[in-house]
Amino acid sequence: MTNEPIVVAEALRKRYGTTQALDGLDLAVPAGTVCGVLGPNGAGKTTAVRILATLADADSGHARIAGHDIARHPDRVRARIGLAGQHAAVDEKLTGRGNLRMFGRLHHLSGRDARRRADELLERFGLMDAADRQVSGYSGGMRRRLDLIASLILRPQVLFLDEPTTGLDPRSRGEIWDAVRDLVADGTTVLLTTQYLDEADHLADDIAVVDHGRVIATGTPDRLKASIGDRLDVVLGDPADAGAAAGVLYALAGAHPALDGARLSVPLPAGAVRLADVVRELDRAGITAADAGLRRPTLDEVFLRLTAGPAGDQAGDQAGEREKETAR
Amino acid sequence: MTALTAHAGRLRWALADGLTLIGRELSRVRREPGELIAALIFPAVMVVLFGYVFGSAISVPGGGDYREYLMPGLFAMVTFTATMAVTMRVATDASRGVMDRFRSMPMARSAVPFGQTGAEILNGVLGMAVMAAAGLLVGWRAHRGIGPTAEAFALLALMRYALSWAGCYLGLVVKNEQTADQLMPLVFPVTMLSNSFVPTGGMPKVLQVIADWNPVSALTAACRGLFGNPGAPAASRTGDLAWPVAHPVAATLGWAVVLLAIFVPLSVRTYRTRGR
Repeated sequence: MTNEPIVVAEALRKRYGTTQALDGLDLAVPAGTVCGVLGPNGAGKTTAVRILATLADADSGHARIAGHDIARHPDRVRARIGLAGQHAAVDEKLTGRGNLRMFGRLHHLSGRDARRRADELLERFGLMDAADRQVSGYSGGMRRRLDLIASLILRPQVLFLDEPTTGLDPRSRGEIWDAVRDLVADGTTVLLTTQYLDEADHLADDIAVVDHGRVIATGTPDRLKASIGDRLDVVLGDPADAGAAAGVLYALAGAHPALDGARLSVPLPAGAVRLADVVRELDRAGITAADAGLRRPTLDEVFLRLTAGPAGDQAGDQAGEREKETAR
Repeated sequence: MTALTAHAGRLRWALADGLTLIGRELSRVRREPGELIAALIFPAVMVVLFGYVFGSAISVPGGGDYREYLMPGLFAMVTFTATMAVTMRVATDASRGVMDRFRSMPMARSAVPFGQTGAEILNGVLGMAVMAAAGLLVGWRAHRGIGPTAEAFALLALMRYALSWAGCYLGLVVKNEQTADQLMPLVFPVTMLSNSFVPTGGMPKVLQVIADWNPVSALTAACRGLFGNPGAPAASRTGDLAWPVAHPVAATLGWAVVLLAIFVPLSVRTYRTRGR
């Protein structure tokens, strides 16, 4: 029991009209870690978060947060989670402090505790200067930060962040990232959905790639990158050597290199070939390389490779729009 | 016993949550008094516009001052148009994700609709006070003493509260500020198609039937009677009047009860299950 991951989802299914938003989603997030849920639009990320945060019911499947079943004890789950969604879900007409106090009161803190907690959070997340200004005058980044700290009032064990930085400028995004890292240092478990792979790369301990409503790959960012192997790039001194060079690379990599001008590029199984071997073999064949390099794939490449197919194209995007509309 | 205390505890929290949300409404008003002032100026403008511009050409059946005739109609009209403000607030919360935040918190499920509608009572009291002041300025008076006058205002408040539940439900259903905004002009004709501004006697038969059964007419007629303003149905003539116009207080109470019976459970249920 104590070793159970703090977030467990088993075979969650949810259909909205003709869209199968979730199609047997499994997820396990160990306590104190950041799980990044990656997926194209319409993959079911938002639906998954809504179900785990008790905003929607799954058609079938089970999920537990800190050991509490989301369907049987939604109130116990709600007492342990925080949610910051794609919108800055705060009252524009109130001040930053007013918002936090209201949410504090609704969390059943006493007036005094709500005030103290609001000030504590405003101070910690750098919003004290704007505390008494109306939220309608806040910048996009400040709103999101306020939204984030509004979900922290009760020190949630699990924090759900649904695309917390979508539409933010790089600086505001950095501020949100810092805030998330801070929380994790305090022991909060974070489940984060994002379309930004660098965000997952920076923040997540584990990544779950979701497509068509199910998890199609999990692992640390490094493991996921390793799973599709490295890539060897060679730029030739003389393009006329291309044929001979292709032969050498084929012998080394076991795959036919792609040729682009004087550049040859071939995928390699991770760790299979050392760069020194490549240079030596080319040298032995009398080929001059102007440049040669082994490249780790970016998470983007992993993502594109894993989600290649209909979900990556427009049909998938449209399904995504539909999903979001019905989800609300 | 423990079940009973648990139940009492839940009820206490539901009340506390509702009060917090009413407090939220008050601090919104404090932050943006302009919105409230605009909402209050509208009826005042109506008093002047109808009272003086149209009033000069309209004669009151049975005699009497048109502005005296008009004021109960305006009270009723504002009571009905205010519904859309509730719709707007609820739809804004729904579209901005504030509603989702409430739902993800361990608060009483009924607190949000009760808080939203409860706040509307406060707005209503304030609005009525300003309108009454505007009315007094243009010569409107309540002639029948404290009892019936208080009864009239209580009826207005009750109707406003009942309507705010309908508004709340509408907001939960449209969940979108733009749509809510577009619905706003539709309420206005509904309030016009009544006895608020002109007697229904001169309308084409079909419209007259609609106007007579319009709850706006019942409320207006009730207020006319209780304030002792002209245009109230004379007791001797009730035989040939439509039932709601002949028994306006009972009809208004009936409308309020029906609205509450339909929209309280509907709103609470919709709030609970929206997005599922």
